[in-house]
Parts: sequence; structure tokens; C-alpha cells
Amino acid sequence: MTTLSGARPAAPKPAERFPEIPPEKSADKVGDKPSIEVRQPDTTAALGLPLLGRPTGKTNRFNGKTGAQILMQMLVEHDVSDAFGYPGGAILPTFDQLYEKPLNFILVRHEQGAGHMADGYARATGKPGVVIVTSGPGATNTVTPLATAFMDSIPIIVFSGQVRTHVIGNDAFQEADVTGITRPITKRNYLVKNVNDLPRIINEAFLIATTGRPGPVLVDLPVDVTTSKVEGVIDDTPYLPGYRPKLAGHSKMIGHAAEMINAARKPMLYVGGGVLSSNAAAEVRALAEKGNIPCTTTLLGLGAFDENSPLSVHMLGMHGSAYANYAVQECDCLIAVGARFDDRVTGNLKMFAPKARIIHIDIDPTSISKNVKVDVPVVGDARMCLQEITQQIQRRDREEWFAQIRQWKERYPFTYKNDSALAKPQAVIEAINKVTAGKAVFTTGVGQHQMWAAQFIRWSVPRSMITSGGLGTMGYGLPAAIGAQVGRPGEMVIDIDGDASYIMTAMELATIRQYNLPVKVAILNNNFQGMVRQWQQLFYKGRFSHSEMFNPDFAAMAESFGIRGIRCEKPEDVLKCAREMVEHPGPCVVDFLCETAENVYPMVGTGKGLHEMELGVVGCTPPNSGREMGTLA
Amino acid sequence: MRSVLSALVMNEPGVLSHVAGMFSARGFNIDSLVVGRTEDPAFSRMTIIVNADERVLDQVRKQLAKIVTVVKVRDFKDLPFVERDLMLIKVATPPGRRGEINELVNIFRGRIVDVGLHTLMIEMSGEEEKLDAFIDMVRPYGIRELARTGVIAMPRGGATGNGEQEEVARSERQPLAKPGRAEPAAKREPTAEEMQAIPPG
Repeated sequence: MTTLSGARPAAPKPAERFPEIPPEKSADKVGDKPSIEVRQPDTTAALGLPLLGRPTGKTNRFNGKTGAQILMQMLVEHDVSDAFGYPGGAILPTFDQLYEKPLNFILVRHEQGAGHMADGYARATGKPGVVIVTSGPGATNTVTPLATAFMDSIPIIVFSGQVRTHVIGNDAFQEADVTGITRPITKRNYLVKNVNDLPRIINEAFLIATTGRPGPVLVDLPVDVTTSKVEGVIDDTPYLPGYRPKLAGHSKMIGHAAEMINAARKPMLYVGGGVLSSNAAAEVRALAEKGNIPCTTTLLGLGAFDENSPLSVHMLGMHGSAYANYAVQECDCLIAVGARFDDRVTGNLKMFAPKARIIHIDIDPTSISKNVKVDVPVVGDARMCLQEITQQIQRRDREEWFAQIRQWKERYPFTYKNDSALAKPQAVIEAINKVTAGKAVFTTGVGQHQMWAAQFIRWSVPRSMITSGGLGTMGYGLPAAIGAQVGRPGEMVIDIDGDASYIMTAMELATIRQYNLPVKVAILNNNFQGMVRQWQQLFYKGRFSHSEMFNPDFAAMAESFGIRGIRCEKPEDVLKCAREMVEHPGPCVVDFLCETAENVYPMVGTGKGLHEMELGVVGCTPPNSGREMGTLA
Repeated sequence: MRSVLSALVMNEPGVLSHVAGMFSARGFNIDSLVVGRTEDPAFSRMTIIVNADERVLDQVRKQLAKIVTVVKVRDFKDLPFVERDLMLIKVATPPGRRGEINELVNIFRGRIVDVGLHTLMIEMSGEEEKLDAFIDMVRPYGIRELARTGVIAMPRGGATGNGEQEEVARSERQPLAKPGRAEPAAKREPTAEEMQAIPPG
């Protein structure tokens, strides 16, 4: 019999190809459905690794499947319901599998957008974000999102195409050394060279991305790996002898921490993004309430502590509240949880929290005593450590301490003056806070608008503030909002953006339109890179070198994508436009024309201690008089 | 302060680059970094000499251990240990002075491994200072070429660079074996409760 007609040759009998399978489970059953019998349960736990949520071990369920099929199957098994990306030559086998719609796939306009969407998705849902892109430029376009996610410890997994294994290193078309490029900005990356390794590597990727201190992982998939088939039984158990994230804190250190808190007269909680990654907001609240301890959050920690609580002193740091910064400098015991003493938080390290003994709870030992010498290090998961500490602490009165904080709060509230022809950007944020009652998922770009959003929205819900903190990635807001909207479809997602940040990734409006995502965008448009302008004004003698922007009519631009566009030109229309934005059922872009010369205050200048901040307008306001906040009524 | 760190790493491409990249990205200075295979082909050992104060060294250790492909990091600071550096050196030998050089080589317990018309190649191992001293001794004759391996080190007695004592080494090392080979949990006898839980037949 010939096969010249194109008819497929009869497949060799599976029993001949896979002699290692025991006879009762072999032959015709192979490939039917996962044969759980062959798999050992909980091998990851037996190896001392955190649980993956599903058993691993020797299995024949991948028998006869291509790499691309295995990838899809395992994404579904890992509970991935959505992914973001862009096709291209080297990843086509995988995209061919996506044709069957095993999961909801969002086609983006630029791979950077895909990365930030996955990042926003991960921050909004707590699930890992998945990106699928092609080789070469497709993969290198994800470098900025990988670095963003790496700095902020966000679990995203990028699957990038790669040229065939035998041409790697030959400068093939669309080839780039992607594992080499991304090594310093991923928690772990892989170049898969054999399809038999793929299931194990995918398991490892999910395990590494989501456990310990979370972070991005990249898996590079050569075309011949996604097209070739697994034959027979393989082992998909993660093999990570050097990876043992520590979850429970050391009981002795926890005891020390509790003692120190009990003895403190002026303790202070300083809470970062780690609290959100470990879903420990309730535990922070329990500790603060039981011990009667004021709490400040970092930019990434916004939402981890209800800012409407009398215990909250809002955000600290370079543009944090004056009362939070004064309180940090005055406190005698600083309890840092899931935060890493970033320079934007501490100001001059030599002057940081001079009176405090410091307790630091973090899952990453390298964060401890990296910038600031810590007195009591507690390495472990924030949630578990906080629960134990809370059990051992006692309530203290601390009336004097709270009186002092109340006084600062009354004297130096976040404020601004409504005194310009154009809307004040802070007024726009206040209006948005008012019309949403702070109950929305917010994303931001980077710059002045980001700081004002942090200052003027009263954060109360975990995972409601999605912003690029560590890397400070302009253009993050819009794609992150798309990702958040995909992850939380029923909720309102608002991108508060600056004109310069927004236009960096504005082509993703087409993605919004294509999938009818009701994302709202509020642009604080001052025709400047506002924060750059502020620094040039304050530190470069007002020489505004290349910080002024020519902008299109953002409303008309949105309309051209088929998205509702609103232009808000007058201060008195701000509240109306904000309301129109949130009441519009579909996507909507509002271009708020804002005052250019406005600066963000308070501001801790470089090299200054937190207590040496420039108060600006915040310091000009006598208590309870002339304060312009709330005039929008 | 000079510190000797020993890191057991997974033997796969990219690990050296990751470790070296971490050092440069964080501004740590390495005096010497040596990689070689171990008794298990799945692992390599890196011996790293760092000159840093205690605070930086603490970060170096932690940052090394944080790299997923780095399995174990050991600092030899509180341990008696042996360190060795291997050198090949080609020394110019003016006519009639071969004997002098041979004498020096014997004093330093080196070996002459190649003789040329006007040169000698000498192999020598030992601590860095000893090799430095020998180099100073032969410098007047003229050094044609020199290559050194950098330092490798190992603790004395039962302790190992993996951070274990001899007795626990074997049980501790089990997780290091490839899954499938080790087959944890599967080999043990079922307990009485488990026997009851399994329906007969």
C-alpha cells in the first residue's frame, strides 16, 4: 500500500511505541483521557516545594500531543481563563491551537500592551497573567512589562516563540537571545529544548511565578518544540532543588516582634505591596486594631488598609502625606510588612525613622537589611506572620501618640487651591473619587497624575490601585486597565492617566473597542510631562527641556476608534464630565484640560529626610480655614 | 574582608551568566569565580572570592541564594578549609640558569611540565599567596605566559560545602536527586490506617 495519495500512513501500534506503559493501561486507552492512576499525588509537596494546586508526577496524558497542544492543555489545567498576546511566525503552532478557543484570548496592538495587561490582570485578580508572543521583536517588546512586573513582584508568565532549536545562534530571521536579554528581569526563565521537558517547565513556571515573592517568568518556545510530539510517559514534577520559599516566620523572631510592639509607645505600621500579594489586608487590620497602631501604606500598598479608618495615616514617602512622614520620623517602633524600604519611601536613609527600632516582615530575605538595618527580621508569608504576631500582642492606649497624629492630620491635610482658569488636576481626581465613592479599580500611568490619584482617592479595597511603582513605567495605565477589566468583567475600571503617559500606549484603544471592554480613561491633560516639568522647575531653573507635549484632541481620537470621547474644558464641568464617564455603559475617554503649573506636594527632595519635605500648598493652609477641598459639593 | 563562598548550582546554561550578571547589576566585586562540575552531573560548584564588608557580604549571600538555579550557598568564614589555586607559568630560561629555576620550583613544590630551548613551563598549586610569591621570585628571569584557575575551596573534616555535616548529608541530599529516581514516599510500607483504608481485593 502506498501513501502517495496523501492518505496518512497507518500509525504504528501504540503498544510497540510505548513499551514502558503497563499492559492494562496501554494500547487503545492511551491518549483518551488523563490516566490518573500513573500519576503520583503531591510530588511537589514531597519534594519540599509549595503545592501547585494539582498533582504532578509520571504521566502518559501528554502522549502523542504536540508542544502547542500541551501548552494549551496545561494553561487550562492551571486555571488560566484569559491570555494576552500577538501572533507571529515562530509562535504560529501555538496560535493555531488558540483557534479552538480553549481560553479567552485578547489580541493586543503591541506586545508591551500584552505584558502590562497580564500585569494589570494579575494585580486585579491575584491570578498569574499569561502572555503569548512571537520570537525576536515580539519577545523583546515584553522586556518593559517584565521589568515592571519584576520590580513590583507581580506574577506574569510570558510564552515567547523562538526559532528552531538547530538554528538558534545563527542569527535567523526574528531571532533574539531572549533568555539572555530577560535573565536579570525575570525570577526564572527557560529555553525549552525538548518537548518532553515542556510539561515540567510549565509547572515550574507557574510555581515560581506565584509562590514566595512572586515575579515574572519567561518560557521561550522554539517552533520545533511546539510542533513535535511527546511520546510515552513523562514526568511533569517540578525539579527545583534550590527553591524553597519560606512561609512560616521564625517563632523566636515573631516573639521578639510582639514584645517590641507591646513595649512601644509610638508604634507605626508601614505596609507595602507584599500585603496584597499574600492577601493579608484583613490580618493587617486585625493587628492595627488589636494593638491600636496607626498604619501607613506605600504606593503599591494602597488599598491594603482602609484609609477611612482613624488608624490610617495614608501614603508615606516622597509625595506621601505630611502626617505619615512626620509619624514615621517620630515613631519608636516601625513595623514594615511586605515593603522594601525603597528610596522613594525612605528619603535620605541616614535620617530615616531615627527614633525607631525596626521590625521587618518579608518573604524575601534579600529585602531585609538591604537598605535599612533591621532590628527584628521575620522572613515569611505576611499573612501567616501577622496572624501569629497579632495573637501575642496586647492593646495599648497610646492616647498621646494618636493625639499627635491627629494634630498633624488637621494641620497638614492633602490640599490644593482652586484658583486657576483651567481645572486643577486634584479637583478632577476628587470628582472621580466622589462619583465612584472610591469603589472602582483604578490604574494609572506614571507621574504627577499618579501621585494625585494616590493622594486624593480614599483607598479602602485591596487590589483597587494598579500602578507601576518600582520601575515607574509610563504608558502602563491603559493596558493595565484593559487587563484589570478582563479579569474583573463586572466592575468599573478607570485609568487615571496623564497626557504623556497615555499616548505612549494609546493604540490599545483598538483592543478596547475590539473586545467591547467598558474601560474608562480620565486624562489629566496639561500638555506636559508634568513630573518632569515639576523637577525642571524646581531643580533646573525652569529650563523645560523637551517636556512640553503636542497632543491630539484625545476625545476625537477616542471617537475615531468608536469609543465615546468627552472633552472637559472648564473647571465647572469637571464633576459633570466625571459623572458622564462613569454612567456611560461602554468605554469612554475624558480629556480633562488641566492647569499646567500645578506641582505635587508635599515633596521630599532628593537627599532630604522625610521630615524635611517641602510642604508647598499643604503647609500654607492654616487649620480648618481657606481649605479648598470639597468645594465641588 | 576577603570571603570564600561556595555555591552549588544547577548544571544548565545560563546559571553562570545569571550569577555573574547579579554581581555586576548589584555592584558587588568578585575577586575570583571558578565553576566546575561536581560528582553529580546535574550540579556544578562555584567558588567565589568576594572582598566586601559584612553588610555587603550578607546581601551577596542572600542574593546568590535567591537565584532559583542556585541550590545552596556556603560561606567558609567560620570553618577551617583548604583552598587551592592552580597555575601554569612559562618562564624564560637564559642558558645556564635552568638549575636555579629548578631549585626554586622544588622549594615551592611545583613541577616542570615542559622544557623548551629557552623556556620552562611550571605547574604549581597552592594558596594564592604562595603562587604570588613564586611569581615574584621568577619575575626577574622573565615571565612569558601565565594562566591561573582561580581559587577552589573545601571545608576540612566532615562538613561539606553544601552546608551539612557528614551524617545528615545523605538524607538531606535526597531531594537533590532527579524526580523519578528518588521516588519519595512511594517506597515506604503503608501504615495500619492506610491498610484499613484500602478496600481489600
